[in-house]
Parts: sequence; structure tokens; C-alpha cells
Amino acid sequence: MTSSTAAEPNRRDFLYIATGAVGAVGAAAVAWPLISQMNPDASTIAAGAPIEVDLTPIADGQVIKVFWRGKPIFINHRTAKQIKEAQDVNLALLPDPQPDSERVKKGHEQWQVLIAICTHLGCIPLAHQGEYDGYFCPCHGSVYDTSGRIRQGPAPLNLALPPYEFLSDTKIKIG
Amino acid sequence: MSGHSTYQPQHPFMKWMERRLPIAGLVYSSFIAYPTPRNLNYWWTFGGILTVMLAAQIITGVVLAMHYTPHVDFAFNSIEGIMRDVNYGRLLRYLHSNGASMFFIAVYVHIARGMYYGSYKEPREVLWILGVIIYLLMMATGFMGYVLPWGQMSYWGAVVITNLFSAFPGVGEAIVTWLWGGFAVGNPTLNRFFSLHYLLPFVIAGVVVLHVWALHVVGQNNPTGVEPKTDKDTVAFTPYATVKDAFFLICFFLLYGWFVFYIPNYLGHADNYIPANPAVTPAHIVPEWYYLPFYAILRAIPDKLMGVLALGGSILILAFLPWLDTSKVRSARYRPLYRQFFWIFIATVVGLGYLGSKPPEGGYVIAARILTIYYFAHFLIVLPLLGLFEKTKPLPNSISESVLKDGEPIGASAPAKG
Repeated sequence: MTSSTAAEPNRRDFLYIATGAVGAVGAAAVAWPLISQMNPDASTIAAGAPIEVDLTPIADGQVIKVFWRGKPIFINHRTAKQIKEAQDVNLALLPDPQPDSERVKKGHEQWQVLIAICTHLGCIPLAHQGEYDGYFCPCHGSVYDTSGRIRQGPAPLNLALPPYEFLSDTKIKIG
Repeated sequence: MSGHSTYQPQHPFMKWMERRLPIAGLVYSSFIAYPTPRNLNYWWTFGGILTVMLAAQIITGVVLAMHYTPHVDFAFNSIEGIMRDVNYGRLLRYLHSNGASMFFIAVYVHIARGMYYGSYKEPREVLWILGVIIYLLMMATGFMGYVLPWGQMSYWGAVVITNLFSAFPGVGEAIVTWLWGGFAVGNPTLNRFFSLHYLLPFVIAGVVVLHVWALHVVGQNNPTGVEPKTDKDTVAFTPYATVKDAFFLICFFLLYGWFVFYIPNYLGHADNYIPANPAVTPAHIVPEWYYLPFYAILRAIPDKLMGVLALGGSILILAFLPWLDTSKVRSARYRPLYRQFFWIFIATVVGLGYLGSKPPEGGYVIAARILTIYYFAHFLIVLPLLGLFEKTKPLPNSISESVLKDGEPIGASAPAKG
């Protein structure tokens, strides 16, 4: 071969660059499935279908725990006193201000449905504990009120609300 | 560094081999003729101990994997099967679980020795950073291994640690779901943790090779921190270092054996003998002892994201140590002030470890905050300033001058007369 230093790119330069580009695209195309395979698979997503919960057996003041998508859900049948306390809070004092009315369904204020996962690092809080008769996380000491709003401790946010709707006055569908 | 001699194969086969794959020559120059400072003390034996611990963990781990089932319905019982049914299974599991603790004891001594004698300073920065990478890999491996028995502490430890990633705004939840492979810690999580727990020790072994390679390029530090200058300052790796390492390794294994045979569950948690229950969080979640100082830092900070960043920063700051310590003198022997601050730092880390094991309330939180501030101040304020203001003691001219007097070892008793 003659060693020519062509000032103009020649056909061989083009082929080299084109081949390199195909290699780079191929490497990226292979990387994506390797990353994506770690996301929830089809069976896990299918198992996350909505569930229905009958509310009739839950007594006044009782908190029950159900599971949806592997997450614990608290259903709290709040007493009139708890509802009033939750509504009368000065929102300016809350780390994550949110009125109680936005955290329950209108006309069903006695039913508080929460994802029972502490927004700090994912422990399950204990019901009817802590200073506000709401929830207390034993792991790192976060305290939530009866509306599930963060009041004290390291958790940054209120307890999350799952998507749910009332099918009737005594039955809800979560999911 | 030049060796005391070069490898000259005698046997015809070795000559034939050496011209094709010079592995015998590599071993000879790295582990036999390799010149090692003559004044190394027992704190320098922990590198060898760590290598042996890594091998021990891989051997016991591969064997345990033959009897373990990485599935949420079977994992706990397969561990109990190892404990009760598998021949010597109880011994092998205790060797592995206590081996992890011994591995961390050794690595903490190894890191502390590097800090005391300034082993991270020029030209050993890359050597030190490779060590920090190994330590990070060890933490990841140890965490995932602790999840595998699928007891209560396994499960909730996995929940808490994976949730650390949810602190990042915007992408946090997506990262956590990706790590879990589901909407909560579950079977996909256990499966991938098992896969990675099997993989990472071999990654560690690879980085250890780089660590040893970097060590053999720059040479070992020594208690004086003065580089070897002549052949009088060094001795051959074999027999001097090999015998010293082997002697102390056996002493170290006596401690290991004491844990395995007499108090195998002392460093564990009783709660991990309860099968994982996603519905009930144990009243008091604590990680394994070797993470406690960092756990205390995480909990000391009342803001979630800042807590997570402080946790990560408290480990990553080690990688910047070569540049944060501004002193030209390596060894704490010749740094009277640094020597005191070193022990204050050790006390701080031990104190944080104690606080990490306590519930996060009242005085414990306040104490953890004070120690967390001091932990970072040691790196960011004390070390940079000490280098500027400390009056160091005069360094010896050479290693041999520091340990020899008139050609005789200092402190050696004179031969009895008469």
C-alpha cells in the first residue's frame, strides 16, 4: 500500500467512520435491554391489579392493613374527634402543608386510606402512636398525624395516598 | 523499585516456560525478592490478612451457594437447612457470616494504619483510592449478603437501604423501582441481590490485583514514612514479610475461630432468625456493626436528602484524603499534634458506631450530630490546617538509621558474657 495523506477524506475514511458508528449504536442498543430487564416484569405488573376492600367490618377508630402491589395500605376509620383534630391544624406549621380535605374523599371524611410506608426510608409506621394519635415510625422517629401528614422527624413528605375510589359507601377499590 | 536480585531459572522446563509465560519470574520479583522496608510493624500484616479473608469468603460462599435457594418462599428455610442438615453446614455458614465481620475488622485496621502513617500521600494516591473503591465494593457485597437469609433484619435492611435512593428528587422513585424489580422489595430483589453478591467478590479480587500492582510500583510505606534509600533499608519479601504475615494471620484466625466456635451469633441480630414479614417492621432496625458509624451519620441529619448525601460523603471523603492532608510529613510518629487528632478521630468513629446502634431519640441524636460535625471537620478543617501550622519532629535520614545504632538493632539485648 502506498502511504498517502489525502487532504480530502477518501472512501476508506468514510467506511471506517460508518463502521464505528454502527458499533456505537449497537453497543447502546445492547445496553438498554441490560438495564431495562431490571424493571418490574409483566407478571409483577399484572399482579398489581386493583383490589376491592369491604369497609363494613372496620369499627370506629380501628385501623386495618391491606396489601396492594406488595405495599401495605392503612384504612383508618377515624373518630369524629380525630377528624376534627385533622381539620383544625394550622397548615403554616406543617413541613408538607396539605389540608385534610385534600387527603380524603369528599363525603367520606371518616375513611383515611394511606400507603403505610414511611416517606423517610420505607418502614411501616405504627398506628395509634405518636404525639398526634396518628402514626409513628419506629425506625427513625417520624411522627404523622391522623391525616397521615408529617409532623416531626426526618421524613420529608406526608404519607402517600394510593389511587382509590368508593364503589359504594361501604366498599372501595384500590388501584 | 529494583529487586535484590532478578529471577534466573535453572531447570530446563522453567527456562522454557519463562520465555513463553514469565509467571514464575513475576511471582519471584513480586513476592520473593521484592524489597520490603526493614522496619514494618505488625500493622502492616493486615493487607495479607485481607487477601486471605477475601479468599476465605469466596470459598465458603461458593460452597454455601450450592445449598442456598434464592427465592422468597425458600431462602429462609434453605439457610435453616444449611444449619441443620448439610454436613458441616453450620460451620460453613458461621465461617462465612463471621468471616464478613473479620474482613471488616481487618479492613478498618488497614485503613486506620494508612491514616496513622500517612500511607495515602504522594506517590500513593492511586493506591489509596483503589483501596477506597475496594471498601465501597465490600460494603455493597456485605449488604447484599445480609439480605440473602431473608429474615426480618434482611428484609427491612434491604427496604431502608434501597430507599436511600428515593431521596434524589425527580428520579428517586424510578431508581428504587428499578432496583427492586417490583413495587416493593420482593422475589426479584432477592434474586438479583444473590446474583450480585456472587459477582462482586470477584470484582473485588480484580481491584485487589490493581491495588497490589499499584503498591508494587510505588513500594510500601513504613512507620517512619521515609522512603527506602539503600539496600540497607529493605529486606527481601520472602522470608521476612511472608513469615511475619503468616505469623500474625494465624493469631488473627484465633480471634476468627473464637467467634465462629464460641459466639457465632454475637455480631448478628436475633430478629434475623424470624422469617421476613413485609407487614411488620421490627421495633428497632440496625444494620450490621460495620455500617453503624455511617448509619449514625444518616440519622443525625433531620433532612432526608441531606442525610443520604452526608452518608455518601462520609465515605467518599476518604478518596480525597491525599489532598486534604496538607502536611509534607507522612508518619504520625513525627507529627505530635496529628497523632492526637488521629486518636480523637478514631474515638469519634467508634462513638458514632455506638450511637448508630441506639434508637434515634433524645440525647443520642444530639450526640450523633456533634460527632457527625466533628467527623467532617477532621477532614475539611483539622487536616488542611494542621499541615500549615504543625511543628513536626525531625525525620530520620533513613529507615536503617531509625532502627539501627552502630549497625546493631536498637533495643536488641547484648549477648550475655561469661
